[in-house]
Amino acid sequence: MRPKLLKSALGWLVVFVFFFPVLWMWLEALKTEPQAASSPPTIFFAPTLEEFQTVLSGDFPPYFINSAIASILSTFLVVALGLPAAYALAIRPVKRSRDVLFFFISTRFLPFAASLVPLYLLARDLHLLDNIFALALIYTTINLPLGVWLLRSFLLEIPHDLFEAARVDGAQFRHEILRIVVPLIAPGIAATSLICLIFSWNEFFYAVNFTSSEAATAPLFLVSFISGRGLFYAKLAAAATLASLPVLLAGWIAQKQLIRGLTMGAVK
Amino acid sequence: MATTAIGLIVALAGAACSGAGGGGGGGSSKTITIAAVDNPQMADLKNLVSDFQSKHSDITVKIVTLPEDQLRQQVTQDVAANSGRYDLFTIGTYEVPLWAKKGWIENLSPYIAKDSSYDANDLIPGIRGALSYQNNLYAVPFYGESSMLMYRKDMLSAKGITLPDHPTWDQVAAAAKAVNTSSVSGICLRGLPGWGEQLAPLDTVVNTYGGRWFDEKWNAQLNQPEFKAAVNFYINLIKTAGEPGAGNAGFTECLNAYNNGKVAMWYDATVAASNFTGDAAKNSGYAFAPHVVKDWSGWLWAWALGMPSSSKKKDAAWNFADWATNKDYIKLVGQKLGWAHVPPGTRTSTYSIPEYQQAAGAFAQVTVDSIAHADVTKPTVQPVPYVGVQYVDIDEFQQLGDQVSQEFAKVIAGGQTVDQAIAKAQSLATAVGKKYQT
Amino acid sequence: MRATAASALGREAWARRLPLLPAFVYVFLVTQIPFVLTIYYSFFSWNLLKPGSFRFAGLENYGSIFTSESIRIAVWNTVLLTISVIGISVVLGLGVAMILNSEVFGKGLMRTLMIAPFLIMPTAGALIWKDTLLNPLFGLLPYLLSPFGLGRVDWVNQYPMVTVVTVEVWRWTPFMMLIILAGLQSQNPEVLEAARVDGANAIQSFRRITLPLVRPFIELGALLGSLFVVQTFDSIFMLTFGGPGEDTTNIPFLLYLVAFQGFSIGEASAIGVVAVIITTIVATLALRTLFSIFQIEARR
Repeated sequence: MRPKLLKSALGWLVVFVFFFPVLWMWLEALKTEPQAASSPPTIFFAPTLEEFQTVLSGDFPPYFINSAIASILSTFLVVALGLPAAYALAIRPVKRSRDVLFFFISTRFLPFAASLVPLYLLARDLHLLDNIFALALIYTTINLPLGVWLLRSFLLEIPHDLFEAARVDGAQFRHEILRIVVPLIAPGIAATSLICLIFSWNEFFYAVNFTSSEAATAPLFLVSFISGRGLFYAKLAAAATLASLPVLLAGWIAQKQLIRGLTMGAVK
Repeated sequence: MATTAIGLIVALAGAACSGAGGGGGGGSSKTITIAAVDNPQMADLKNLVSDFQSKHSDITVKIVTLPEDQLRQQVTQDVAANSGRYDLFTIGTYEVPLWAKKGWIENLSPYIAKDSSYDANDLIPGIRGALSYQNNLYAVPFYGESSMLMYRKDMLSAKGITLPDHPTWDQVAAAAKAVNTSSVSGICLRGLPGWGEQLAPLDTVVNTYGGRWFDEKWNAQLNQPEFKAAVNFYINLIKTAGEPGAGNAGFTECLNAYNNGKVAMWYDATVAASNFTGDAAKNSGYAFAPHVVKDWSGWLWAWALGMPSSSKKKDAAWNFADWATNKDYIKLVGQKLGWAHVPPGTRTSTYSIPEYQQAAGAFAQVTVDSIAHADVTKPTVQPVPYVGVQYVDIDEFQQLGDQVSQEFAKVIAGGQTVDQAIAKAQSLATAVGKKYQT
Repeated sequence: MRATAASALGREAWARRLPLLPAFVYVFLVTQIPFVLTIYYSFFSWNLLKPGSFRFAGLENYGSIFTSESIRIAVWNTVLLTISVIGISVVLGLGVAMILNSEVFGKGLMRTLMIAPFLIMPTAGALIWKDTLLNPLFGLLPYLLSPFGLGRVDWVNQYPMVTVVTVEVWRWTPFMMLIILAGLQSQNPEVLEAARVDGANAIQSFRRITLPLVRPFIELGALLGSLFVVQTFDSIFMLTFGGPGEDTTNIPFLLYLVAFQGFSIGEASAIGVVAVIITTIVATLALRTLFSIFQIEARR
């Protein structure tokens, strides 16, 4: 019993340290501005949702909506393009499928430095800078390799016989996909979508360089706090809380899929 | 060929998506997008936009406010790419002549000529000159500023210190050290890297010490004794009596600190005084930019609305620029938000409004006199080949200034000595100067 | 007859390939062709602020890259940042994972709270650290440390790299913890029990049984993590903006400065090429590990 208590205490201490900044963010968000910018810091206070209201009734919603468009659209594209490709690599492998797989995954780790300048110039010349759909296409590029890889690993788990049976039945390829594959790998699609959503929701580099106003996403709203605007800590914390909320909740709810996705399917 | 192929795909996808997305734009109403610097005057303007929209119901205004550094980067990117993302932006005296020369911004004189109510002759001449290129106005001032010293009279007099109207930097340093305690710092001086942040006040110190960036033949002069002495002075003052976290302190951070009584003095833009609240508003004294050798060493800056040549809604954009910078706007701010909120330094007539005189009396005269005495063509003691008081009006200065100020920030943080920073800065400036030596 | 068979085979091959094509073509177009263009631009001198400045420059950009101190500093900062973040977060992650793998109270809640830093938007996390925790005037940490005489330490500026590493470790430890925990949970408790019966003490059983077992998972976490940490941009942008001086400018940030502050397309492209070479070396190692884990599956 003693070691369990001791270990628990140590564990909770570590967890507290790591979780504290998040907690502090929430606390700051529930303060009024003078409380948030007081010195010494205010620890006990009557919580208020005032700053959340300020943020939500102010400039923030368009940024949030842009983030949602870019993330959801790119995730949809990743699944739509990635599922057939994963199928071709897993169930009825094409020749040199290992090389193709390697190619896909290597592009995920190509630094953005590799293609940044030409993509920027292209977007500029096509007047696609500050266009949320162009940003969604870039996010698709970032996430597609990961999507293919992950979906493939899920497809590999489906018993091969099922597909054979379907083919003997004379089921057409398209039906094969729709009727058999999709329901079976629904959990896999969910995990893949979660990872894509996380990466595109939190993405900053392309957002800051390819958008400015119309298509600006949630992280960019936070950038405007770098060089302040008066007493702003409570508002900043409220905005940061709201901006982080979707991914935090999604990640908490789907912890198992998270691990699988983060390790690219290597850890189940 | 390859580029075209991707281009096509991306364009098609983009078009398809935007078609599907729908909702955006269309109709007869126009939306103009304005990129504006994030400061209290702009916040006031945002609060008053409904007045503009009640007069121009066909124009929808979208204002994007960004911190100065990000704004400059975005706007430069936009205008250099000719992408037409913005219809108006706030630019400074630094950008206007440079960009006018390249044809990136629209000559506003024809618009003004058509607009009898605008009264361009009412704009303060110095500011007007700084925003002109070949005698045409290329941007209209939203506010103008010089720099001055602001101090808490109550805190200084508690130590028996009074300051003259034209203090020397030695007097200021002595006062700062005298009032500096563990809870209240002596003086707030910008340390935040960026040519528009830290370098603005620092350059005026360099000027009054007699230093300069380049000699007439574009040889970098940063390693000269005057320049070095000024940098040493500035950084030592920050270290001995400056605000904590100086490396992150820009205009807004200093304003916060001053308003909260965390610093006793502050050398910064004259515009700052219109944002004082509480004790800061009640007990502040104002003095002209402190000097050493050169008198009248305040800077000269204006935030002005410029119109990129790439804008496709120029008439609507001008309507807005007109609304935001004419005499009526000044009255609107005064009546709706209070006379202390009026953006200063743009129009001579502002200073004859009785209500404004009453509200801003303490700093109004310092502001006008400082602006009047700042000369962008003669910033320092010796002659220079460039224009600009607290900047050098060449393309390369943004990057050069940012890099040099990063080196000074490193000195403030204790990461290197002034001599090491100056040596790096000198070599950076030499490389830039070479491009102008023919 | 044979022709028909061949064409049927061909059709079959195409039927197999077809589902692959859209994704393949898309990825190829959006990553490979721009990279070729990056190489192309790297041989030109072109500043976007100077219309008409486009001219062939040969190896000039590479020359200036290899002689400039900035890139050396950026490479060093990238290496320093990556190694310290990965090293520290692996050790911490291993520790936390071992606690969570043993009998403790509130295991599920602990894990849930622990992964929060990884899920928080990096820009938001960095901002919270900088403005509410570390700010020398209003922050919590300087206040808590003031009894020790550290009340006025300006962490972000005086210890910029330490600050960036801290924030990144905060973010990546949960990642490492998750992966290592999954490894630990795949360990058969009976083996440990057997070891204990064998007379092995805690340290011995850790070194002999646990560590070899979670080693592939540690390697996986470290390699995947380093591929992301090499690209760190968000927190540097928010915390230090690469400064003071160039103390926290890594390769991605230098690229940002050159491309989007200096608008030097040619030089930025050359930095891009160099970055690709460096990353390829790291990535090849990472992928080899990844493939070795997948080996059994890939044979299927």
